[in-house]
Amino acid sequence: MTYVVTDNCRGCRYTECVTVCPVECFHVDDTMTYIDPENCIDCGGCAPACPVGAIEPDYRLAADKKFWIDVNRKRATETPVISARLPPLPGADERKVALGR
Amino acid sequence: MTGPAQHHVAVIGSGPSGFYTAEALLRSGAPLTVDMFERLPVPYGLVRFGVAPDHPKLKQVATAFDRIAAMPGFRFIGGVTVGDDLTVDELRNAYDAVVLATGAELSRPLGIPGEALPGSHTAGDFVAWYNGHPAFADLRFDLDHEAAIVIGHGNVALDVARILAKTADELRQTDIARHALEILAESRIRRIYVVGRGGPAQAKFTAKELRDFLELGEADTSVDGRDVTPDDFEPQRPDDPELVEKLSLLRAFSQPATTKPRRCVFRFGLSPVAIKGRGRVETISFRHRSETAEDIACGLVFSSVGRKTAPVAGVPYDAHRGVHANVDGRVAIGRTVIDGLYVCGWSKRGPNGTIGTNRGCGIATAEAVLADLADRRPRPDTPDALLARLAGRVTRIVSYPDWTAIDAAEKRRGALLGKPREKFVTIPDMLAAMDA
Ligand SMILES: Cc1cc2nc3c(=O)[nH]c(=O)nc-3n(C[C@H](O)[C@H](O)[C@H](O)COP(=O)(O)OP(=O)(O)OC[C@H]3O[C@@H](n4cnc5c(N)ncnc54)[C@H](O)[C@@H]3O)c2cc1C
Ligand SMILES: NC(=O)c1ccc[n+]([C@@H]2O[C@H](COP(=O)([O-])OP(=O)(O)OC[C@H]3O[C@@H](n4cnc5c(N)ncnc54)[C@H](OP(=O)(O)O)[C@@H]3O)[C@@H](O)[C@H]2O)c1
Ligand code: SF4
Ligand code: SF4
Repeated sequence: MTYVVTDNCRGCRYTECVTVCPVECFHVDDTMTYIDPENCIDCGGCAPACPVGAIEPDYRLAADKKFWIDVNRKRATETPVISARLPPLPGADERKVALGR
Repeated sequence: MTGPAQHHVAVIGSGPSGFYTAEALLRSGAPLTVDMFERLPVPYGLVRFGVAPDHPKLKQVATAFDRIAAMPGFRFIGGVTVGDDLTVDELRNAYDAVVLATGAELSRPLGIPGEALPGSHTAGDFVAWYNGHPAFADLRFDLDHEAAIVIGHGNVALDVARILAKTADELRQTDIARHALEILAESRIRRIYVVGRGGPAQAKFTAKELRDFLELGEADTSVDGRDVTPDDFEPQRPDDPELVEKLSLLRAFSQPATTKPRRCVFRFGLSPVAIKGRGRVETISFRHRSETAEDIACGLVFSSVGRKTAPVAGVPYDAHRGVHANVDGRVAIGRTVIDGLYVCGWSKRGPNGTIGTNRGCGIATAEAVLADLADRRPRPDTPDALLARLAGRVTRIVSYPDWTAIDAAEKRRGALLGKPREKFVTIPDMLAAMDA
C-alpha cells in the first residue's frame, strides 16, 4: 500500500502535504508533487492536509485514476525530494476555487 | 568560531515533536546546538510506547529520527527527568531557549462512579504495558473474562480492541512485550464491545484503521443493529472519500457473519453513566441517545477518551486544554510570554493528528525560537557546566551511541524469537545492555 498524488495537484502545488510528511516522501516538478512509494509509511497524514483533495491511498483510487500509482512511482525516481513548503504556483488560488474547494 | 555567537537550545522529550523541532532548528543554518533531554534511556516517545506493535511499517519513521540525531550539533541526553533531576529554571539559565516536547502522558478520566474498581483500566495504561514501557511493565491485567468494553471511538480505542481481538499467533512476530504476549495468549475474552457516544458519522477513528478489522483471523466484527438506522450510513458529504469509506465499512459490519470464535461489536450512541460491580467490574450502565438506559455485562473496561499533558514544575499549565500554557508555541501566563520557553507537539496542541502533524508543529515552534534568539541576553550558566553537575545526580546519562547499543541488543534478542525486537522493559536491563 502507499498514498498517491493525483491530478487535482496539477497547477496548485499547495505544499501543505510536505510539512506533515514524517519521512519526506514528496518529490516535485514544475507542475505537481509525487509520493515515493518506497518511502511512504502509510501514516495517512498528507491526505487530509491537502486543501484540494489530491491525495488518496492507492486502494481507494477510482478505476480511471489508478494510473497515478505508476506515475507517482516513476516520477518520484526522476524528480528531487522537497522537505519544506514551496510558494503555491501562480493561479493556485483560482484553481482551488475552480475545483470547488 | 567566527560569525555570530553560537546559541544553545534544549529540547525536553524525544518523541516525534522533539525530533522535528530539533531538525528544523538544525536545518535553519543558524549557528546553534540542540541538546535533547529524555526521561528514559530510549528515544522516540509514543512511536515506541504508543504505536501498536502490529503496525510495523509506521515504526520505520524511527529511521528519520536517527537521521536527525546524526546531524552536527545534536546531542541526546537520556535518563534525565526535567522537573525532577534538574529544574526548568536551571535549564533556562544555561540555554538560550528551552522547548518542551513532553507529550500527553496522563489519561483523561471518564469521571463516572466505579472507575476505580478492579477490572477498570485506561487505554493509556494497557497500551504502555503491551508496548513494554518501564513505568507500566509491572501492571496486571486479568483477562480471565468473557467480555471486555472499550469506551471511546478514536484510533486508540481501535488499537486496544484489535490487540484484544487478535490471537497470540497473530501477535507473536511483532515487537509486543513478552510479558504482554504471555498474558494475551491466555486471554478468555471472546466479546469486545467498542462503545461510542456518537453515531457512525461522528466516530473519530479513521477508515484505514477500521479496515484492519476485515483482516482479523479469529474475530468477526459487527455493528449492533439496534443503535443505527440505514440513514446513519449515508454520508452527509459524499465528496469526502474518507467519510464515505468509513461509513461503507460500518454498513458492511452491520450485516455480520458470525463464524469465528471471537466477536468485536461496535456500539453507537451510548454514554457511560456508571461502572458497577461487587468488588470488581461486572456491568457498565449507559444512557442511549434515545434517553433509554442499557447495562452491558463485562469483566473488563478500557476507557479510551483522550489524554492530557503532565504538568512540569516551573511551567504554567492550561488546565482547560490540558497542555503547557502557550500562545502559538511560546509558553505564556495569560497573554504574557515567558522569555526563552517554548512548547511543541502534543504538549502544545493536545493529543490529535498523525505523527507527521508534529513535523509542521515543530517547524512552527522552531520558527518562533529562531525569531527570538537574536534578542536573547547571554545566559549566566553554560550547558556543559550544567551537565557536569547533572552527572552527579543521575545513575547514568545515556548518549545516542548508548541507545544504538540498546537498540542492537533488542534486535538480537528479537531475531532469536522471529520478532523485529524484544524490548528491554526495565531501566536496569536497558542500562546493562549498553555496556554488554
Ligand atoms: C496508543 C497510541 C497509538 C498511536 N498510534 C499512531 C499511529 O498509528 N499513527 C500515527 O500517525 N500516530 C499515532 N499516535 C499519535 C502519535 O504517537 C503522536 O502524535 C506523537 O507521538 C506525539 O508526539 P510528541 O513528541 O508530542 O509526544 P510523545 O511521543 O509522547 O513524546 C514525549 C516524550 O517526552 C518524554 N518526557 C515527558 N516528560 C518528560 C520530562 N519531564 N523530562 C524528560 N522527558 C520527558 C517522554 O518520555 C516521551 O519520550 C498514537 C498515539 C497513541 C497514544
Ligand atoms: N493508526 C493511527 O493513525 C492512530 C492510532 C492511534 C492514535 N492515533 C491518533 O492519536 C490521537 C489520539 O487518539 P485517541 O483515540 O486517544 O483520541 P480521539 O481520536 O480524540 O478519540 C477520543 C474518543 O473518546 C471519546 N470521548 C471523550 N470523552 C468521552 C466521554 N466522557 N465519554 C465517552 N466518550 C468520550 C470521544 O468521543 P466524542 O467524539 O463524542 O467526543 C472520541 O470517540 C488521534 O489524533 C488519533 O488519530 C492515530
Ligand atoms: S497539498 Fe495537495 S495540492 Fe498541494 S502540493 Fe500537496 S498534494 Fe499537491
Ligand atoms: S501517507 Fe504519510 S508517509 Fe506516506 S506520503 Fe503521506 S504523509 Fe508521507
